[in-house]
Amino acid sequence: MNLHEYQGKALFAEFNLPVSKGKVVFDADEIIDACNEIGGSKWVVKAQVHAGGRGKAGGVELIDNPQDGVEFAKKWLGKNLITYQTDKKGQPVNSILVEECMTIAKELYLSAVIDRESQKIVFIGSSEGGVNIEDVAKKYPEKIIYEGVVYGDKALSENAENIAKVLKLNKDQTNQFIPMIENLLRLFVEKDLSLLEINPLVITENGDLHCLDAKINIDSNALYRQPDLAEMYDQSQEDPQEAEAAKNDLSYVSLDGNIGCMVNGAGLAMGTMDTIKFYGGNPANFLDVGGTATQQRVAKAFKIILDDPDVKVVLVNIFGGIVRCDLIAEGIISAIKEVDVKIPVVVRLEGNNAEKGSQILSKASIKIDSINNLADAAKKAVDFAK
Amino acid sequence: MSILVNKDTKLIVQGFTGSQGTLHSEQSIEYGTNIVGGVTPGKGGIKHLGKPVFNSVHDAVKELNPNASIIFVPAKFCKDSIMEAADAGIKLIICITEGIPTIDMLDVKRHIDDLGIRLIGPNCPGIITPGEAKLGIMPGDIHIPGSIGIISRSGTLTYEAVKQTTDLGFGQSSCVGIGGDPIPGSSFIDMLKLFEDDDKTEAIVMVGEIGGSAEEAAAEYIKNNITKPVISYIAGQTAPAGKRMGHAGAIIAGGKGTAKDKIEKLKKCGVHIADNLVSIGSKVAEVIN
Repeated sequence: MNLHEYQGKALFAEFNLPVSKGKVVFDADEIIDACNEIGGSKWVVKAQVHAGGRGKAGGVELIDNPQDGVEFAKKWLGKNLITYQTDKKGQPVNSILVEECMTIAKELYLSAVIDRESQKIVFIGSSEGGVNIEDVAKKYPEKIIYEGVVYGDKALSENAENIAKVLKLNKDQTNQFIPMIENLLRLFVEKDLSLLEINPLVITENGDLHCLDAKINIDSNALYRQPDLAEMYDQSQEDPQEAEAAKNDLSYVSLDGNIGCMVNGAGLAMGTMDTIKFYGGNPANFLDVGGTATQQRVAKAFKIILDDPDVKVVLVNIFGGIVRCDLIAEGIISAIKEVDVKIPVVVRLEGNNAEKGSQILSKASIKIDSINNLADAAKKAVDFAK
Repeated sequence: MSILVNKDTKLIVQGFTGSQGTLHSEQSIEYGTNIVGGVTPGKGGIKHLGKPVFNSVHDAVKELNPNASIIFVPAKFCKDSIMEAADAGIKLIICITEGIPTIDMLDVKRHIDDLGIRLIGPNCPGIITPGEAKLGIMPGDIHIPGSIGIISRSGTLTYEAVKQTTDLGFGQSSCVGIGGDPIPGSSFIDMLKLFEDDDKTEAIVMVGEIGGSAEEAAAEYIKNNITKPVISYIAGQTAPAGKRMGHAGAIIAGGKGTAKDKIEKLKKCGVHIADNLVSIGSKVAEVIN
């Protein structure tokens, strides 16, 4: 689950990390009060969306008159911001972060992720900040450090010093940086993050370290023990179909083809998409209906798939493990009737009681193409989609 | 022979009396697995499915001397359950539960590695040695005893590979689902080592998927250490970048972990690629014959 920048910075502040004085507003009328409250004579206004690349897309502006901030807010609130990280529709802007303006001497990069290879939390640091880090990794790999750390380990200040060297920090800054790494790691572990990125981390004109941005992703599996963070969920930033699916414990990802897919198991769902593609078709979605393909779940899955107007045929691929295929077949028939599916449905059942399941499908009062072999089922679906 | 589990496996079930624990224990017992008892805190002293229930793994170990444990407890309690089994001296732990916070798994992994304990999963279907023991949630009847070792990150995709090798008459020596999480207890490499040393295994099927670099690391290992033929299928060839495909591990991040890269690397290291999900069995036949 992603957080907005203003939510991430509130967490930073809670963990004693240096962030700018700021205020989030949801209405253009609140901008002037926000500027007055923050004080000073220059401010930054930043559109809040779950995507990077906001600056280049016009979603960040420097103002020296609060009235310009009001204009900025009027321009963006309720609109979509399109950046190189969003799809072509962009992400809706529902809030604006107003911040004091910092004078920047240098921009750096700092992030932390869970690294699968080393099975550790790894900090990634670079002397080149404020730019796309993947470009830096390609062009100047020597300017990036990957430092694996262990929470509670004595070596942590040594880890921080290693990163500080690559960031070319002086002694004073390194002394600020060591507790910063400690606090970031504590935040990462205590709040169950899966990613944290500060791009840029800056050195101000006074020579101090300062977090100018905050990108935070939280491990969805841990939200049960992070109720405060769970409340920060912003559904407006999600694809509506994907959000609806998530509410029903279905894993759904919308794609741009026309063959709807309903499969049990994430791996098999990907394999089914690949098989469709192999035979010349295009999957409209990834959908894992889960281990227990009951009538309710199948009906909900049909509804979500059919919400996509491009879908011309639905391919159901269920490998009945513990769940019996005859029960699944009955569930599919009832679900098709309940949802009133009007396009062709191809069903492939395999595993536990598969034959009985196929018989039930072929005897059904509605037309279902029941095909036991996955290759043939995929070919049939591709034919329907042409 | 086989790997990890066989007819001598003495299994306890953590979360024995819960609905998942009960359902799958029943099926495992029916398959012939030697389940000697189970653990559910607060229910010690009762019998469940005809087997004794204990309050802790420690108590169960004292009475039953098991050599493996399978875990069905809810995700939020899994860290403690795995640690408890490890501290009680169980050398093989299988965790079926999905949805464990990754931060928990970082601690778990360090702890079990320090103790030299083998953990399979979490978020996996388990292990089966056909005809001997089933420690997991896979449908037993699609397996037959045979010569193919199967390793996979995904559940139903494993069943697909199993079914195809069964239909062609090869059968399986053992099948292991290592799970789809970012921090799994065991890796492809851990299982490849075991299959290489197992007399009964003639060829190995490795079913991978997008995300991470476990397949690439395995490819390098195969090139240098595995003499048996390895057949691989990689799921997610059509998956878009940046989207999580169900498994927490299946996401293409920053252009890394694509199916294409994995397949190229595997090919370079001498692994036989089944380019389609439906051709895993026929690829095995082609390589073996």
